[in-house]
Amino acid sequence: MSSTYLGMPSLPVFGTGNLNATESFPQAAKRELKNTQLRANLAHATHTIRDKRENAVAELPDWEEMRDAGSAIKNATMANLPALLEAFETNFTARGGIIHWARDAQEANEIVTALIKETGETEVVKVKSMATAEIGLNEYLQEQGIAAFETDLAELIVQLDHDKPSHILVPAIHKNRNQIRDIFLREMEEVDPGLSNEPARLAEAARRHLRKKFLSAKVAISGANFGLADTGTLTVVESEGNGRMCLTLPDTLITVMGIEKLLPSWRDLEVFMQLLPRSSTGERMNPYTSLWTGVTPGDGPQNVHLVLLDNGRTAALADQMGRTALNCIRCSACMNVCPVYERTGGHAYGSTYPGPIGAILSPLMTGIKSEENNSLPYASSLCGACFDACPVKINIPEILVHLRGEDVDSQRAKVKVPTQMDLMMKASEWAFSDGSHINLLEKGLPIGKLAAGRAKVIKKLPGIAAGWTQSRDIPAPPSQSFRQWWVKEHQSPEPRRNPAKEEDQL
Amino acid sequence: MSARDDVMSRIKSALRDAPPTPDIPRNYRLATNKTAAQRCEQLVGRLLDYKANVYVVPTTQAPAKLAQLLADAESIVVPHGLEEHWLSGLRDDAGSLRIEVDSPEHRLSVSALDSVDAVVTTAAVAVSETGTIILDGSSSQGRRIISLVPDRHICLLAAKDIVEVLPEAIARLNATAPQTWISGPSATSDIELERVEGVHGPRTLDVLILT
Ligand code: SF4
Repeated sequence: MSSTYLGMPSLPVFGTGNLNATESFPQAAKRELKNTQLRANLAHATHTIRDKRENAVAELPDWEEMRDAGSAIKNATMANLPALLEAFETNFTARGGIIHWARDAQEANEIVTALIKETGETEVVKVKSMATAEIGLNEYLQEQGIAAFETDLAELIVQLDHDKPSHILVPAIHKNRNQIRDIFLREMEEVDPGLSNEPARLAEAARRHLRKKFLSAKVAISGANFGLADTGTLTVVESEGNGRMCLTLPDTLITVMGIEKLLPSWRDLEVFMQLLPRSSTGERMNPYTSLWTGVTPGDGPQNVHLVLLDNGRTAALADQMGRTALNCIRCSACMNVCPVYERTGGHAYGSTYPGPIGAILSPLMTGIKSEENNSLPYASSLCGACFDACPVKINIPEILVHLRGEDVDSQRAKVKVPTQMDLMMKASEWAFSDGSHINLLEKGLPIGKLAAGRAKVIKKLPGIAAGWTQSRDIPAPPSQSFRQWWVKEHQSPEPRRNPAKEEDQL
Repeated sequence: MSARDDVMSRIKSALRDAPPTPDIPRNYRLATNKTAAQRCEQLVGRLLDYKANVYVVPTTQAPAKLAQLLADAESIVVPHGLEEHWLSGLRDDAGSLRIEVDSPEHRLSVSALDSVDAVVTTAAVAVSETGTIILDGSSSQGRRIISLVPDRHICLLAAKDIVEVLPEAIARLNATAPQTWISGPSATSDIELERVEGVHGPRTLDVLILT
């Protein structure tokens, strides 16, 4: 199936839209860390979902086999993407669907707008979709005089409050029930002024608020979780039924899907519909999944469109080390286990895609040189929890390290004079090249102790090392090193012949 | 160049190292090792977990059970392919229940569907391990809209259509049929992660498993 490419290799074309951090991660994180409500809610949310996920996964005897299959299916998808896209296009089109291609965010927004204008409508309902958040569709439509109503409860809360999602699965997790009630009282027409803060009452208020919209909507916009190449089928996975409403009631349905969302065959769904719900919400299965293939005469929308979106995905695909990031099925498991995400929340990542996957996907799609995205690959302690949790086994830590390398290379290309980092690296090269060099340096340890003073911590390091002490103190160095202690304790040691062996025993 | 050609050529250029296509290891469970009774029991447990109402009844008693469940209802909708005998218990009644039939010749409007108390359909297949009932739009299940807009969905499921694992269901289904997979009534956990049943989809789901 693989095709041979004979044309001129072109430079990758990067994505645009809401993929950029506009300030560096450390800066944004510093601000977000001060939001104690957000931190408390996030810690609660990530831990709860994490526990649920673990139970749901432990229940299956063949979870690892499923991950192996999922990972292989996605690698096979990427390797054969041109042929699979063609097959999908043929099958979807044969059943009355219409396919549009978009190189970037702007083009996708223009296509969707033109399709809506053709219907003469000025209002559309939307079901949660990361692709449309990525391209900034709602804002674009607003400029064009079209109102887009989010219908997922959390997205509705965020939209009514003119805020941004903080988590891809539970976007309003940074708000508590009282805040949500206040938003509803302030922003919803015809809301009961005595509305309580009970989640069941709040959900009911949302149902009332949106029901009329659903029943009268003429145009809906959705994302898609999977596209099946051999049948031309699209899938939306959801909980509340707002997805079913959007996919069933209107006359016109416009779906925006990244080109990487394909699976080769219908059968592959049996793997992904087990991997996704358990990894995502920790449920055995999500309440509702809808599947449609083009148009079904007499059932559901009769005017069915799909916008296939590149917007930097081909740039990610061109990165041989990084392309597996496109295998992501947006389950959010990596976020829920990430110690960095748990503390900073999703806003700190700037891009639509937060957490460990965002830290690799955003710079891969925009290029490492784009705005502040080069700070994202450092937003990790490389603990590896994300890799273990990922249902499609994306080796996120490895890609983070790869992108850090890209960043260092691109910085070096910019500056001709050796940077502080270069000098430090040179210095450590000298230090570690010979044991006697280290001995010499270790004589300086008591000075560090002095610098730390009585509190026994160093609060500020000089130069670029200051970055390290920006958000943490460094314990004072000991007055002697391990090596110095060893020599003292073993006054007449055997001559050291094989340091490697010695290390093994430690 | 069209956007399509442009994107295609970008993809081909990105893949110029010709990455290999791996074999897909399908070493996960493809079939059940449970008896029919065990599958039924598992499905009941899962559905109760999701806060659906479940009744296991012999097929012959289904009409009576349906009549009992709909004792207070004033109107229901059924798809045109639903076999008449399921409704016999309802028809016997003094005729106070209005039964609307949705068919290709007579499609009910959204507002008509919004005003009925319940919808009665069958199901194509159910997966006991995940507690999932799958509708595929065939004539006894109807258009997707009729099992969505009414606030209560009563689903008749033949026990022989219960499989244990998802791959068994996939093998039985036709991909291009419009499908709805239902695992309990609609729910949200968007407010402080507290699960609330019943948002936009039918707030009540009754499943009659017919043995
Ligand atoms: S990278 Fe893996 S764990 Fe993270 S969202 Fe994507 S699929 Fe889930």
